[in-house]
Amino acid sequence: MTIPLLAETIGLETAVAYAYLVAIVLFILGLKMLTSVKTAAWGNAISAIGMAIASVATLLLFNQDAPPGQNYAISLAWILVAVGIGTAIGLAMAVKVPMTGMPQMVAILNGFGGIASLLVASAEYLRTANPSEIPIHILIATGLAIIIGGVTFTGSLVAFAKLQGLVTGSPIFFPMQKTVNALLLVAAAGLITVVIYQPDQELALASVAVIALILGVGLVIPIGGADMPVVISLLNSYSGLAASMAGFVLGNTALIVTGALVGASGIILTNIMCTAMNRSLANVLFGGLGVSSTTTSSAPDAKTKKGKAREFTLDDAVIILDAARQVVIVPGYGMAVAQAQHAVKELADALEERGITVKYAIHPVAGRMPGHMNVLLAEANVPYEQLCDLETINPEFDNADVALVIGANDVTNPAARHAKDSPIYGMPILNVDKARTVFVIKRSMNPGFAGIENELYYLPNCGMLFGDAKKVVNSLVKQLTESG
Amino acid sequence: MTELPLVVALTVFVLAIFVGFEIITKVPSTLHTPLMSGSNAISGITIIGALICSYGDRLSHISVNMGVLALIFATINVVGGYVVTGRMLRMFKQKPQGK
Repeated sequence: MTIPLLAETIGLETAVAYAYLVAIVLFILGLKMLTSVKTAAWGNAISAIGMAIASVATLLLFNQDAPPGQNYAISLAWILVAVGIGTAIGLAMAVKVPMTGMPQMVAILNGFGGIASLLVASAEYLRTANPSEIPIHILIATGLAIIIGGVTFTGSLVAFAKLQGLVTGSPIFFPMQKTVNALLLVAAAGLITVVIYQPDQELALASVAVIALILGVGLVIPIGGADMPVVISLLNSYSGLAASMAGFVLGNTALIVTGALVGASGIILTNIMCTAMNRSLANVLFGGLGVSSTTTSSAPDAKTKKGKAREFTLDDAVIILDAARQVVIVPGYGMAVAQAQHAVKELADALEERGITVKYAIHPVAGRMPGHMNVLLAEANVPYEQLCDLETINPEFDNADVALVIGANDVTNPAARHAKDSPIYGMPILNVDKARTVFVIKRSMNPGFAGIENELYYLPNCGMLFGDAKKVVNSLVKQLTESG
Repeated sequence: MTELPLVVALTVFVLAIFVGFEIITKVPSTLHTPLMSGSNAISGITIIGALICSYGDRLSHISVNMGVLALIFATINVVGGYVVTGRMLRMFKQKPQGK
């Protein structure tokens, strides 16, 4: 039964509302199918179909109160042009982006969703002929959509710039940062109150938008690169909430429900990321880990303990790998930076050919967004069964002959287990030090983003392989295959 | 257009959040990146709002211009999100196949 046919019996608006219901069901089914790797791709397709149904149904609405023919045509032409432009840009971005660039991609898409919701809420307000007739709750929703959407937009742009390396990944501070941000938020709330009492104050609402855009920058710029998984998850949640608020403004259940689903999803991921770092959300957002003040306390302690880190030659490494029966590979952001995922897979293949069991230990916050490492290794054709999460892999380090750490740092620091004065104390880590031998492939002895010495490097069973992750792994593969 | 009573809207909102929590908690960490980009594409649902605002008889009115701009952003969000999620998910493979 087609929608126009249905529409004749129950009215067009109702028919479209039913179409939205179908779309909502498809979104929920799609998300549900994302719970298994086997069904995930279908889930995404089903969700996309839901989006297509919702969009086409909305277009049908326009027939109903069509203004004199010509305007209808022009409106539709504009819509087609906009959709065309959006599709072209979206497609180009999605097809071109390398898997290592996925955190940036998600960040910028979050941002676009946010600004779209801001614009929708604003446009709906502006096109109301008599703003004083707008109910209070709609005005509040408009204000919230503008604030959340604006913060999402510029916050995502800053996150994008940091991840893309356009600005430094280290936290950037300016004087009175927290005070300024707090004042901006208070000002925005004040302006919304003004709008509630005087709904025709367009300028006040416009100021809210400007403040939100500034606030987005102010909130994200002091957050360091290593905390990006939290920020991206949170912005993801915001983009959903902004859509939901726009739904309240339009009285549209499709937007309300769908935005709420995404909002919940982002919050869950944010929570998982925070737990994995043993930090509260407030600490991530305002703590600015990586500033010297928080880390100096532990530095002298680490220095007294440390001897000298041992450096392995490639030959040492190959001999030890050759004798191993079980190897656990621990990838981190360094692997992404060096684009070493394919080389790592070759190394795993070479090891497996010798009958060595290879597994991958994935820390929840490895990389720059949730699941970052899994996607990179999937790109390199690593079967997902070999990708183990923290709980699964930690007991296995006791039986592992070699733990091969590739570009991961803080998530392997044993200090998190015992050093009460360490900033990362209590953070769940991968217990690589329990393996018989640990190799660490690293460019230099520089500490990670958190600025904390890793005492792992000074343990007797640990050896460093200095160099670019990709080059070192490639050399290992070469030597292994030649010697075999 | 805005005839949805607040209490109904809020009820729907709260229930949807619970549904979201129930489903998403079950997503394995392996799929967290596709989950983000996929749910991100879904949040492009604001495209519906953009379509509604893009359509108006006051063609030159600023609200229509903003609607069209929103439509461009939302479309990038939707198309980019779904395509890139599909690209990622196709890479997740089972067991070594011969190689």
